[in-house]
Amino acid sequence: MSATGIGAAVRRKEDFRFITGKGQYTDDISRPGQTYIHFVRSPHAHAKIKSIDGTETKTMPGVVAVLTGADLANDKIGNLICGWAITSKDGSPMKMSAHPAIANGKANHVGDAVAVVIAETLGQAKDAGEKVKVDYEVLPAVADPAKAQAAGAPQIHDVAPNNTIYQWHLGDQKAVEAAFKSANHVTKLDIINNRLVPNAIEPRAAIADYDAGNDALTLWNTSQNPHVARLVIAAFVGMAPEHKLRVIAPDVGGGFGSKIFIYPEEVVCLWAARKVGRPVKWVSDRSEAFVTDAHGRDHVTHAEMAFDHEGKITALRAKTIANLGAYMSTFSSSVPTYLYATLLSGQYSIPQIYCEVDAVYTNTVPVDAYRGAGRPEATFVVERLVEVGAREMGVDPADLRRRNFIKSFPHQTPVIMAYDAGDYNASLKKAMELADMKGFGKRKRDSARNGKLRGIGYSTYIEACGIAPSQAVGSLGAGVGLWESAEVRVNPTGSVEVLTGSHSHGQGHETTFAQLVSERLGIPIETISIVHGDTDKVQFGMGTYGSRSGAVGMTAIVKALDKVEAKAKKVAAFMLEAAEGDIEFKDGKFTVAGTDKAAAWGDVALNAYIAHKFTGAELEPGLKEGAFYDPTNFTFPAGCHICEVEIDPETGNTDVVAWTAVDDFGVVINPMIVEGQVHGGIAQGVGQALYEGTVYDKEGQLVTGSYMDYAMPRADYLPSFKVDTTETKCPSNPLGIKGCGEAGAIAAPAAVINAITDALGTEEIAMPASPATVWAALQKVQPRQAAE
Amino acid sequence: MYNFAFHRPTGLRQASNMLGKLEEAKILAGGQTLIPTMKLRLASPGNVVDLNAIADELSGIELKGRSIVIGAMTRHADVANSDVVKQHLPALAYLAGLVGDPAVRHRGTIGGSLANNDPNADYPAAALGLGATIHTTKGKYEADNFFKGLFETALGADEIITKVSFPLAKKAGYEKFRNQASRFALVGVFVSKRGSEIRVAVTGAGSNGVFRVASFEEALKKRFAPKSLEGLTIPATGMNSDIHGSAEYRAHLVGVMARRAVTRANEFAAGEGED
Repeated sequence: MSATGIGAAVRRKEDFRFITGKGQYTDDISRPGQTYIHFVRSPHAHAKIKSIDGTETKTMPGVVAVLTGADLANDKIGNLICGWAITSKDGSPMKMSAHPAIANGKANHVGDAVAVVIAETLGQAKDAGEKVKVDYEVLPAVADPAKAQAAGAPQIHDVAPNNTIYQWHLGDQKAVEAAFKSANHVTKLDIINNRLVPNAIEPRAAIADYDAGNDALTLWNTSQNPHVARLVIAAFVGMAPEHKLRVIAPDVGGGFGSKIFIYPEEVVCLWAARKVGRPVKWVSDRSEAFVTDAHGRDHVTHAEMAFDHEGKITALRAKTIANLGAYMSTFSSSVPTYLYATLLSGQYSIPQIYCEVDAVYTNTVPVDAYRGAGRPEATFVVERLVEVGAREMGVDPADLRRRNFIKSFPHQTPVIMAYDAGDYNASLKKAMELADMKGFGKRKRDSARNGKLRGIGYSTYIEACGIAPSQAVGSLGAGVGLWESAEVRVNPTGSVEVLTGSHSHGQGHETTFAQLVSERLGIPIETISIVHGDTDKVQFGMGTYGSRSGAVGMTAIVKALDKVEAKAKKVAAFMLEAAEGDIEFKDGKFTVAGTDKAAAWGDVALNAYIAHKFTGAELEPGLKEGAFYDPTNFTFPAGCHICEVEIDPETGNTDVVAWTAVDDFGVVINPMIVEGQVHGGIAQGVGQALYEGTVYDKEGQLVTGSYMDYAMPRADYLPSFKVDTTETKCPSNPLGIKGCGEAGAIAAPAAVINAITDALGTEEIAMPASPATVWAALQKVQPRQAAE
Repeated sequence: MYNFAFHRPTGLRQASNMLGKLEEAKILAGGQTLIPTMKLRLASPGNVVDLNAIADELSGIELKGRSIVIGAMTRHADVANSDVVKQHLPALAYLAGLVGDPAVRHRGTIGGSLANNDPNADYPAAALGLGATIHTTKGKYEADNFFKGLFETALGADEIITKVSFPLAKKAGYEKFRNQASRFALVGVFVSKRGSEIRVAVTGAGSNGVFRVASFEEALKKRFAPKSLEGLTIPATGMNSDIHGSAEYRAHLVGVMARRAVTRANEFAAGEGED
C-alpha cells in the first residue's frame, strides 16, 4: 500500500480550503446586478387562497417584481414531479398531485410559497413581502399520518381520495399468514419512526442568471446531483432545453439526502431571473429550512415476528403508514417501499416476509430520503422485533441473532434483495469483545449502586447501497437509471483531472477518488484533481446519495482508468519501439517485458499529446477516456453496533456511555474518512433516538420550528466511539467496496432504544426518548416493578 | 431585520436621556436576545441604544464587604472565570458557566439577562436565590420585588441596571436541568443559606417566571441537607407544560434539582473549608 493509495489514511485534500474559510459555497457567489428574492409563505397548514394583492408591495422601495403562482401558470412553467412510480396492490398508479413551485389557489402546508418579491436588497424584499395581502380561507388540516385516511379527514388533493397516494405491498401474504399460524411465539410491536428535519450545516441556496444573448440560463445551487436537477428542470418543469441550462453545485455544506431533490425555490429563481432580466439570489435562513427542506422518516408501523420452538424466525409482517407530506417530493415514493420493505430480512434468514405500505398526504412539509432513507426504518423494525422477541422468549439477544444469521452467500431474501457477501457472526463477535460484554454485569451493578439504571442494546443492521442496477430499479418504477460516469483527462504534463458524475458535499471525494488514481497510475496525489458539480464541465452523472459514490462512482473511474492505461500502453509501445503486448505498467512506469527499456508516466502523457512517435493513421493523439458504469447488484454493508446507556431515574435523562461499531464496508479506501462517516452517522442516529422530534400540532403548525425546540445531537451528548471494521469484499464491483455513508444512522436508533428498554424493563418507549418521555415511562413501570 | 436608528451613547446619563426621549427605544447590552429577535423580525424597535461604548464604566466584579458587586455590562464568561466569584460565591460562577454556549457567554451580560427576565434564564434564579439587590439609574430593587412575571420587571422604560449586588451566602448551590434543544433551564433551582435565611429559587418551571418555594425553605431551616427535602414536592399547578415536559414532570424536577442543589451547596461550602 502506498502512502496515498487505497487503504491509506490520507488527510482530506479539501479540508485546508474549508477550515480556512476559502470554500466557495453558493452564498459566496454573487452576480453583477443581482437581485434578491423573498418567498411569501403560507402561515396556515391548509388554506384556500382567495386573492393575492401585491399593489402596495410594488410601491415599496427597491421592489423589482411581485410574482404569484398564477404568473407561473401563465408562463406555462410545469410542476415539480416525483420520479419513481409506485403501483398499488390493486394495480392502480400512485396518485401524484400537481406540485406548482408557487401554490396557486390553495396552500397545503405551513411554508408553502404563495408569492415572491424580488428587490434590490434582501431587506427590501422582506419588508415588501410583508405588504403582500393574501386573503386566506383557512381549512381544517391533518398532520398525523395515522389520521390522514380517516373518514372525514380534511382532503388535501382531489386526485387522492382519503389522502392515500398508494397502497403497496411486497411479499407472499398467504405464506406469511400460514407461518404465523404455526408459530411457537409471536412478537408484536407498534412503532413510530419519528419525523426528522435534516439540518445540513449549509442551508439551501440558489442563484439564477439569464444570458439573453444566448437565451441560456445558469443556476448555482446546493445540489447533491446537478445533472438530475438540470434534467428535471428542463424536461419536466420545461424551464429551458437541457443544452440551454447549466447547473453548478459548487462547494456544498452537507446534504444527508435533503439536497437531492428538485425544490420550488430553484425553479422560481430561474423563472424570475429570465422574467426580470437580472440575476436572482435566494439563500434559505434556518427558519425557512425547517418548513421547506424535505423532512425524513415519519412512519407509523405495526410489525410482528414469528418464531419456531428453536427460536428460528419463520416470518415477519409489517403494516406501515408513511407520511409523504403535502406534495410528493422527487424520490419520496421509493423511500417507504423499495428502500424499506426490501430490507426487512435484516441479517437473518427469514423464509417469509410480507409488508404493506400506505403512503399518505398530510398538511406537512414533504418527506423524502434522509440519511439511510427507508433502511433506518427497516432496521428499526427488524432489530426491535428480534431484541424484544429474545427478551420475551428468555433467550440471549446475541444468541438469538446468531441462530438466525444468514451464513451462506449469495442469499436470496423473500423481499427482492440478493445479498452477495457478508459475515455477520464476525462483526457481532468482534463488537461484543470491544464492548466488553462480559464486564457488563459488573458495570450495571456499579450503576445501580449510584442510583442509575444501565442498559445495553444491539443493532445488527444491514443496508442496501451502491444504488443501483438501472434495469432493476427501472422495473420497480424508477424514472432514471442509477449508473455513474467518469472521465479521466490526462494532461500533457502527466497531471490528471477526473471528471465525476458523483458530487461531494462532505464525503471527501477529492481525497478518496484521488487515492484511487494515485494507486492505479502510481503518481503523486497532489497531481490529481477531482472535478464535479458543473453540468458544463462534467458529462451527465447521477450524483451522490445512498452510499453510492464509492461503489458506483469510483468503479466508473476504474473503468475509465482501464481505458487510459490501455491507450497509454499503445503510446509507450511506439516510444519504446516494442509490441503493445510486451508493455507492462507498474508504479507509474512503463517497461518492456524482459528488457530494461522504460518510459515514465509523464513522458508517455507528453508523447500522447505531441504525437511525434506515431502517425494519425496508427494512433489517435491525446489521453482522455470516459466510462459509464452500471452496477450489477446493490452492495450490502452490514455490521453490529452496541450501545450502552445509563439512565438517571430521577430525571429520566439518558447518557450514552459507550458505543461500539464494527462495520463491514468491504474494502476501505481511506479508513480515516470512513471513521468520520461512521461517527457522523451514529450521531444522527442517536439524534433520532434521543433528541430529534418533529412536532406538528393539530392545526398543522410546526411546533419545533427552530433550535429552541428541535434538539440536535451535540458533541458533548456523545461518548467517544469505538469504531472498527471487518471485511468481506463486495463481489459486485472490482474495488470490493460496499459503502459507509449511512451505516451509523441506520444502525444507531435500534441500538439506543434496545439499550434503554433493557435498562427500564419496558418496551414502551417512543423516539425521541427525551428525559420527559423516559421519566413518564418509569412512572408507569416502577409501581409495576414494586408490586412484583 | 427591520430598519432602526442606532445610538451609541458615551455616558450613562446620555443613555438614560435617550431612552426617555426616543420612541420605541430598546437597550442593546450583550444582544444575545435582542439581536436574534430582531433578525427574526419578532422585535422592531425604532431606536436601539447601545451600551457597549460605556461597557467599561458598567463592568467589573468587586468584593465589597459581605457582597459581591457586579457591573451590569459584565459578561457571563467574566463572572464564570472570576477568581473573586469562584472563591466567595462559587455557585454564582458555576451558574454563569452554564449559560448558553461560549459565544453567548462572551457577549451576554448580567444586566441584560436580569432586565430581560426570560422565564428559563439562569440569572433570575441566582438573584432571587441569593436575595440580590439590583441597582439602577433611578434607585435600587430587592430581587423579591424586581421580577414581575414573564419578561416583566419593575424597571421603568428609561431605567438602566447599573450593577447587581449579591450578598455572600454561607452556602449556595445551583442545579440546572437543561432543555436539550435550547439549553435553557427546563428547571433550574438555586438554594442558599445565609445565617437563618434560607432561599430556594426556581427558574424554568413556573408559568409566571422565577419563584421561591416556601415549603422547601422551611424544611431546609431544620437542616440544610438534601434529606430534609425528601418526600417534598410542589404542586403541578402553575408549572409550564409543553413538548419538553409536562407540568407534573417539571414539578417533580423542582424537587430533584433542589435536593441536588443543596448537595452541591454543601460541596462548595466544604471545598472552601467553611462548614
